[in-house]
Amino acid sequence: MSQLLQHLINGIASGTIYALIALGYTMVYGVLKLINFAHGDVMMVGVYMGYATAFALGREARGSLGGVLLIFLVAMGGCALLGFLIERFAYRPLREKPRLTALITAIGISFTLSYGFQLDIGFLPGSAPRAFPQIIKPAQWFTLGDPEFPDVVLWNWQVISLVVAVGLMTGLQFLVYRTRFGRAMRAVSFDHRVAALMGIPTDRVISVTFMIGSALAAGAGLLYAIKDTSVSPLMGLYVGLKAFVAAVIGGIGNVPGAMVGGLLLGLVEEFVVGYAASTWRDAVAFGFLILVLLVRPGGLFGRVAAEKV
Amino acid sequence: METAAVPTASRVPASLRGILPVVLALPVLFVAEWALRDAPFAVYLLSVIGVNIILAVSLNIVNGMTGQFSIGHAGFMAVGAYLAGITSLTLKDVAISFLPVAVSDQVFLLVSLLVAGLCAALAGFLVGLPSLRLRGDYLAIVTLGFGEIIRVAVTNTQAFGRALGLSGIPQTSSVAMVGFWVFLSVLVARRIAGSSHGRSLWAIREDEVAAEAMGVNTTGYKVRAFVVSSFFAGVAGGLFAHFVPIINPGSFTFVKSMEIVVMVVLGGLGSTTGAIVAAVVLTLLPEGLRSLFGALAPEGNLAQQVDQIRMPVYGLLLVVLMLARPQGLFGTRELWEVVPRWLTRRRKGM
Repeated sequence: MSQLLQHLINGIASGTIYALIALGYTMVYGVLKLINFAHGDVMMVGVYMGYATAFALGREARGSLGGVLLIFLVAMGGCALLGFLIERFAYRPLREKPRLTALITAIGISFTLSYGFQLDIGFLPGSAPRAFPQIIKPAQWFTLGDPEFPDVVLWNWQVISLVVAVGLMTGLQFLVYRTRFGRAMRAVSFDHRVAALMGIPTDRVISVTFMIGSALAAGAGLLYAIKDTSVSPLMGLYVGLKAFVAAVIGGIGNVPGAMVGGLLLGLVEEFVVGYAASTWRDAVAFGFLILVLLVRPGGLFGRVAAEKV
Repeated sequence: METAAVPTASRVPASLRGILPVVLALPVLFVAEWALRDAPFAVYLLSVIGVNIILAVSLNIVNGMTGQFSIGHAGFMAVGAYLAGITSLTLKDVAISFLPVAVSDQVFLLVSLLVAGLCAALAGFLVGLPSLRLRGDYLAIVTLGFGEIIRVAVTNTQAFGRALGLSGIPQTSSVAMVGFWVFLSVLVARRIAGSSHGRSLWAIREDEVAAEAMGVNTTGYKVRAFVVSSFFAGVAGGLFAHFVPIINPGSFTFVKSMEIVVMVVLGGLGSTTGAIVAAVVLTLLPEGLRSLFGALAPEGNLAQQVDQIRMPVYGLLLVVLMLARPQGLFGTRELWEVVPRWLTRRRKGM
């Protein structure tokens, strides 16, 4: 029983992080109908920005509240800029071209970022994984059973990442459904040509959507790095892929769907690791995806659009 | 979608059209095999190029001709490589007594390649039947998922050597055998493109709903294209297993699938010759870069970093190419339709 509770806690903690990354995929897909394969690598770049900031701050400052906020701000701001540049120079010129070309470009950018960061030249970090500095001192906020060797532990970073994630998600939900900009986003998502005719600055809306998505990726990446305590240039490739799976499970293009998909994926993975073989984790994530898609081809919350002839 | 008629085709009896090119090509392959007997690096390079050509041409049947975006091709290659490896390891000590050893080796290689191809085709059928009802991006992510599942399954199977992989597979691959399969895959792809099957595939590519309305059994044709494609991917994997010293799950990742996709897209979706040219160029490019950097800095660590530099360069190349020429080098045209046009344009320019 206590084991089950522990797995539930861990699953929800990692699920919220997947959900946060998945939100970026879903937003970009919703507005542009583009699978942004580079999203995970933008996340990786954000984590390295946070890593560099943490080192620049030094041991004392990085543990303080202001330091942590600064780390998050730098990483999220830097990634927003990176997202803007990628959208402006790689995706925008291809907007009227077949969707496949933009997908290939996204894969190209993903390769450039993830393998470019492995180089040992200049300021680039090299391929070896590095320990992420401890910006949040781990503490047990809640334990069950024997105080020395507790059955169930709730770590502070688990609560913090849940709070941060829920906060960011709520903010996003507010942005999309309660603001003028959100309405513009939904209009562009529905049909960007007609939206342009109605006087919506589609280019600007798409740019800002990209920047928000990239900033969310950076925030999620930092939470992931705090949980995982290591950073490496290839982390974006697989974490990003997992988050994408989460987005598809929930129904890509759907904000609550991404949250549910992320949580489900986190729980499923945690239970596989806990009760079956940990080496099968990646396969189970994809198996779960395929199962969901076979039953509901549009994802759990997605609607399958009837194709026009 | 006009397929250029080969001028000589009309003079060859229809029943022989598929076989004749093979018969004509066999002596060339044996001469190549004989000429390259003392150049192991050239043999290796030719084998890699050949395997990549088979992979690109076969993926082109699904991605290019049918318009179904599949990004898990390395999974089928893995199925082929492992099963061919297992078959060859089992048959290692067997020989056909009345044949010379080299010939007997090739016969057994052929057997294990067929096993590899058939198993991969079966896997393709199993994957294709349910998942080809999905469309577009969803299909892409499901094929990616299957590729990853195959890789994890292989990594966790004792018989396949887990993460260490299979070693000790007899290195019986030869230029002639690789060339033969390259030839066969190209031939099959071209024959499909020109056949009524191919017309259905093109129709699905252009507009799936319209094709369905015209009475094309879209799921059936997509599954068939998928099965043929994975058969050749399996054979390519089998060939690969017989000239590299060791096969392990690390050779069949998402990145490998992407490399094949890049070849198909670079050459132009639907163009078989384009896929061939792209496969050759993208295989030789890193080798060229390596020698270039080696020449620039013979003793520096720059030369060692070429393998690292390869992937970012690859990525940038992809972005630049898509921006400059989104339809790929050849579009849906074949080499002989494109090159004359380039030549005439150049002449006019002068």
